[in-house]
This record gives sequence, C-alpha cells and structure tokens, in this order.
Amino acid sequence: MPMTIAPTTERTSIMPIDPPQEDPLVVVSNVKKKFCRSLKKSLWYGMQDIAHELNPFSRRTDRADHSFVAEDSDLRADEFWAVNDVSFELRRGECLGLIGHNGAGKTTLLKMLNGLIKPDSGRIEMTGRVGALIALGAGFNPILSGRENIHVNASVLGLKKDEIEDKMEEIIDFAEIGEFIDAPVQSYSSGMQVRLGFAIATTVKPDILILDEVLAVGDAAFRAKCELAISELMDDAAVILVSHNALHIRRLCNRVLWLRRGQTEGLGPTDDYLDRYGTSLSEEKKIEQTLVYSDSVRRVDLIDSQVPNQFNQPLKLQIKIDAAEEIAINNIVIGIHEVGVRQVAQSAMKVDYRVVGERILNFETEGIRLKDGNYSVTIAMYGEQFSELHARWVGVLGFKLESGIYGGTPYHFESVVH
Amino acid sequence: MADVVTGRELAWRLFMRDLKAQYRQTYFGYLWAFLPPLVASLTFIFLQSQGITKIEGTGIPYAAFAMMGTLLWQTFVESMQSPLAAVTKAKPMLAKINFPREAILMAGMYMVGFNFLIRLVLLFLVMAVWKVVPTATLLLFPLPMLGLLMAGFCIGLALVPVGGLYGDVVKAIPIVAQFWMLLTPVVYPARSSGLAGVLATWNPISPLITTARGCLTGQPLDQLFEAIVVTLLSIVVSLIGLIAFRLIMPHLIERMGG
Repeated sequence: MPMTIAPTTERTSIMPIDPPQEDPLVVVSNVKKKFCRSLKKSLWYGMQDIAHELNPFSRRTDRADHSFVAEDSDLRADEFWAVNDVSFELRRGECLGLIGHNGAGKTTLLKMLNGLIKPDSGRIEMTGRVGALIALGAGFNPILSGRENIHVNASVLGLKKDEIEDKMEEIIDFAEIGEFIDAPVQSYSSGMQVRLGFAIATTVKPDILILDEVLAVGDAAFRAKCELAISELMDDAAVILVSHNALHIRRLCNRVLWLRRGQTEGLGPTDDYLDRYGTSLSEEKKIEQTLVYSDSVRRVDLIDSQVPNQFNQPLKLQIKIDAAEEIAINNIVIGIHEVGVRQVAQSAMKVDYRVVGERILNFETEGIRLKDGNYSVTIAMYGEQFSELHARWVGVLGFKLESGIYGGTPYHFESVVH
Repeated sequence: MADVVTGRELAWRLFMRDLKAQYRQTYFGYLWAFLPPLVASLTFIFLQSQGITKIEGTGIPYAAFAMMGTLLWQTFVESMQSPLAAVTKAKPMLAKINFPREAILMAGMYMVGFNFLIRLVLLFLVMAVWKVVPTATLLLFPLPMLGLLMAGFCIGLALVPVGGLYGDVVKAIPIVAQFWMLLTPVVYPARSSGLAGVLATWNPISPLITTARGCLTGQPLDQLFEAIVVTLLSIVVSLIGLIAFRLIMPHLIERMGG
C-alpha cells in the first residue's frame, strides 16, 4: 500500500517489498507549489495557510479525494509557481536526474519529495524508506564529541539504537576520524565534519534515495570512496539526483526531468535532453561586451572578422587601434570563453609593435576544435609587463558551433593492441 | 501516533545532547536551573522583611512561601517557553531533514522536567531549613505539577504557529510571563475578594500553584477541584495541539526557511 506524503509529514515506514517489484516507488502527479517573493507577505500568507489548515471546514488540497486543483487564480500578490504541474514515476533501480537553472524549482521539488513541505495541489506517493543525502551533519552539536554526535545524527536519520551501535565502528572507519572521535566536533576540520556527516548519512539504506549535489566530499581519495558508497546505495533504490554536473547526470541517470520556471520542459532519456539543456544554457546567457583602454589609446575598433560555425574552422580578426602617443605592444592575449561557463582556450603572443596613430592588426587561428556551443572572444594588449594594459576587449565577437559534437572536445587517439 | 513512539528514542537522544552540551559550557552548571527563581523571590523576601509589603496568611514563613512559589512558577514558565524555543533552535534541522517532529517537543519537555527535578531538591532544602512539614497531601503533589507542566506546554504549543513565523512572540513571552506572575498567587496567598480574587478564580494557573504549594506545606487544598479540571483540560488540549503541530509544521518550514 503506497503512503501519501501530502496529508502528513510522516517519515515513510519501512515496508517489505518483494524483489519482482513492478509498481513504482515514487509517483508524483500534477504537483504544484507556490512561493512568495516578498518576505513580509510570505509570513502573512503562512499565517493564512495555517489558519486554513487548522480549519476543518475549509477545502484543502490534502483531503482524501485529492480533487483540489490549484489554479493560476489562486496565486496571491507576489506569488508564483515554484513548481507547476510536475508529474513522473520512478521504479527501483531507476535514477532520475533533475536539471534546470537555478530557481527552476529543483530544490522545492526535492523538499516536497522528502516530505519537508507539502504540495499546494497534486499528490506525491512514496513507498519505502526515504533517505536524503542532503544537509550532511545537520544537527551536529559542536560541543559534543564525534561519537555522541553519531548517536544523535543517526537517530535523527531514523536509525535504531542497536543499529547505531552495530554501525559505529564502520562509520568511524569510513569517516577516517581515528582518535579524534572522542574530541568535540568543534575541534574538527571542516573536511572531517563533512566526512563524518557523509559516513552517517550513507549508513541508512533507503528504498528511495534523494541526492542534492552531494555526490562527493573531501579530498580526491575520499571522493572516490563517496562515489563507491553512493553507487552501492543507488543499486537497490529509486534515485532522484539534482546536479549541475552534466557528467554525473549522464553517467548515473537513465532519465532526466528538465524543469524551467517550475514547469516540465522535458522528461525522458538522458541523452535526448541533456544536450538540448546544455545548448539552452549557453543560449540564454548573453555575450557581455566591455572595452577598456589606456589614456594613450584613442579608440579600438573591430573592422573585419570571420567566425567558425563548424568544427575545425578558423577564426579571423582584424582590429584597428588608434594611439594618441607611441605605445609598445609586446604581449597580446586572445581567449575563447564558452558563454556562461568558462574559458576554454587561450593564445598568448609575444610581439613587438610600435603604434602611433592608426594601425591595423590581423589575427588568424588554425581550425578551432571545440564542441558545440556558444563562444565569445576576448582580446587584450599589454606592454612589456602585463601590468601595463593598453586595451582589453571582452566579448569582441561571439560565434556558435553546430556540428553535432556535444560531449567534450573530441580528440583522436590511436589504439594499437600488442 | 506511531511516530510518537518511534520519536521517543530520538527525543531522548536530543535531550541528552542538549543536556550534555548545556552544562559542559557553563561554569556553574546546574545552578542555572534554580538561580533565576531564587533571585526573583529574594526581591519579594526583601520587600516583606523591610515591611514595605505586608503579605499575610501565608501559613508558613514568608521566605519559604515566596521561594516555593517562584520555584514552582519557573517550571510553568519554562514549559510554556519550551515548544517555541525547541522549534526555533531546531530550525536548520527541521528545514532539511525529515524526522518525527514531535521529538523536538518531547526533548524540550524532558529538559523542563529535568530542571524541575533539580529545583525539587532545592524545594525540599527550603522546607527543611524553615521546618515546613508536609502532611499526607504530599502524595497529591505530582498532580498539580503535571498540571503546571501540561498547562505551560499547551500554551507554548499554541504560540508555535505565530511565534515560528514572527519573532515578536519570543520577545514578548518573558514580559508577559513576568506580569502574569504578579497576577498569580505566587508570592502572595490567593485572595477571595477584589480584583485579585477574580484573577485567582479565572487565572488557570492560580489553582495549580496554590495546590502544588499546599501539597508541600500541608495547608488546606481549597482549589483542588479546579486544579484537577485545569490539569485534565491541559492534557486534552495538548493532545489536540500535537495533532495540529503535525499539520502546521510543513507550513512553518516552508516560510521560515533554513
């Protein structure tokens, strides 16, 4: 019998589930949740909602029949849909990736799945023990020892007393705390604290696992352990994963739910949507343009250019610089940024140009070997020292590559078997 | 209801956590459990001893009377503050982890109970010093005490919805509590006439305080019936309040953030 999160925030109880399990563990249907932009109003609406909730004669979303459907007209001033009509199902062994911009409603949806807050309309049914790898070490008391905090934190996460005793050594070993276990947690490094939090959180073996970006914490060696621990948990659970790391999503999730302003933009196989999402990310970010130059320079213009739109095509730039007095250009740096992501290529040139009045500088690259996306070009000219800036033009031009190469920059490896 | 049972173990853990942490970081430790009411009673003992106030009909030495009153009153005030304080303190945890929410309320009440036990030692000390001899009615003492705890708890629970959202409530509680103490026969015996008499009748805490103290001093329990009624009512209201608490917590978490 599935249990509904909507009426109570009850921690779902453990139910025996037979291995040939066909019913979904998670059923989310037409879930809506509104949020308020204004704090003052939000508090007041909270009062209203509580009064509404406690009034047995009012029509509420969570009454038995679930017939209530929140409409746009139910939005009060300054409110908006943080999650708007989202539905999906999830079975054991499946992993659903939640993708979307900041503020798309991913965290709100996770909070509802975790039973912390309730949907305004629609329903969420969760079958089995829910475990969330969020808020590692929440509720740690800094004054108490690591051991005492393990007791408290593990009980908060729903472990029984004897379970905790059984797992105690395992947790201490995993967290690599060693002799510090009886020292107060406030004497721990931040790394030790997250390791301890992670070790406790992963001892709970859930049927439904909720992951919010905490795929790995600590240094490289510990991260490897984290990933292993998580993949073990994932094997036997229905998993919901929020991550901004496309690689994690691609590797771990067989389906994605793409949210945009609270609404479902796409729900389906990871490969179909992840690339479209990636492209949309860079499309929505505009190329920023800023041009600064020193007092000796009168103006800088882009007079001609040729940009690539396919893999391995060259980039050409023709720039006119007009100097009021003689300047020496000794260093020129041209960078290529993936818009809104990071710099992906850079070329630093040693030159020796003396410029007075107008001069035209020509730049040409070989074929640009980058994956599909939106790119912008930045050019900067310096004197002998990099502290001596003549001109910097961020976003001098932009280009878009569309040659069907998504994942990463393609490299060709020769493989030979001996 | 099942969660109340599973939440018990958790509540105990949380209580032990708070207890250890609370007294590990103080120098005077358990002294803080009874210092505030003691200081409050000293004010009145001073006024009385200097003849500034003339409170009569206490039956026992005034100092003992006032101290017992304030020690009992303190337990009521603490249990009234407890639910909201527990929710406020556990905010970061409530906002991120799903666990039986009742556990934090229970843990808070365990703490109130623990502090009461410490005060109880002092109460008996006061009785020994001033040679206050209880009679058989001492056996009834747990009843008005339960009443004080439950009355405080249900009032405190009622403050959670508003207090969880608006900070004003937390600030207002000590002021109201102080004033309320003067309206309750804590440092003076209950009156039967005048405004003080009306207040003694309609103030639900009056019968609890006078009955609790009466049980210790062996004086007649004039308001025993009222005390029983208030106790029973408090228990019923508290149970209803716990159900309401469950319903409103998601709303509070949604609005109060981490």
